[in-house]
Amino acid sequence: MMEMFNMGDYGPYVWSCFGLTAFVVGIIEWRARQRHKIMAREIEVRLRAMEGRE
Amino acid sequence: MWNTIWTFFHKLASPPHFYRISAILLPWLAVPGYLLVAWGTYNGLFTAPEDYQQKDAFRIIYVHVPSAYLSMMAYMVMAISAGIGLIWRMKLAHAVAAAAAPIGAAFTFLALATGSIWGRPMWGTWWEWGDPRLTSELILLFLYFGYMALRSSIGDTAKADKASAVLALVGAINVPIIHYSVEWWTSLHQGQTLLAEGGPAIDTAMLWPLLANIFGFSLIFGSMLLRRLRTEVLFRERRKRWVKELALGGQQS
Repeated sequence: MMEMFNMGDYGPYVWSCFGLTAFVVGIIEWRARQRHKIMAREIEVRLRAMEGRE
Repeated sequence: MWNTIWTFFHKLASPPHFYRISAILLPWLAVPGYLLVAWGTYNGLFTAPEDYQQKDAFRIIYVHVPSAYLSMMAYMVMAISAGIGLIWRMKLAHAVAAAAAPIGAAFTFLALATGSIWGRPMWGTWWEWGDPRLTSELILLFLYFGYMALRSSIGDTAKADKASAVLALVGAINVPIIHYSVEWWTSLHQGQTLLAEGGPAIDTAMLWPLLANIFGFSLIFGSMLLRRLRTEVLFRERRKRWVKELALGGQQS
């Protein structure tokens, strides 16, 4: 098992590349979802406030 | 037939229509994309045989090659959309360019970082300034940063669209330079593998997981682009009646 993860001493290089990729892709995906939620919420709040004033 | 295609694209350029269609399309890109990447990554890490020269370090290609490919593809999407926006004044085209930039920058960073990590055991150095492939890819990252900085520095969306579109178009010259740099100049970076003359210069057991990851990451890129584009469209159309109906009807997500 350890041998498989060690990858003939290249393990740290290989796993750090895959880990970094998963981290960056995860961040972009999460940020895109967050931005959309925030934008939709902001528009809704603004419109409800305008409705209240009318 | 052309009439049908034209009508489809014409309708797609309409923001409310795009917003509705993109919600349906999103999972059809994201789910197969992540499944393909999971399959490609598992097989790339555990079932593909080790390279006779690079040993297990070669497995880095399963994330490096898709990242490098997408770094250039995202830029072409950005430049072509910016060009369409400038020539035909399509608002949605400018929104596509704006949405593609941060994703392209992220994949360019990944291509540089994974390439650098691979370079340490293979070339004995993290970075080589004289190398044309590495330097032109770094310039691509700066082009993305410049594009995003220019957009955020201009408050008026229409002006930001025009100014950033010019930068995107001028910067497109760097993409063929990155691609052909290994042929035009002496480079530490290896030459074409997948697009080598006479077919891919790689064993099929190594090739299939790589193709799965390239295609899978492309689908993920498509889903990320759609998601960011939906936010961009909402922002640009925030004063329009359809957004009002959508927001007050509680169907924004």
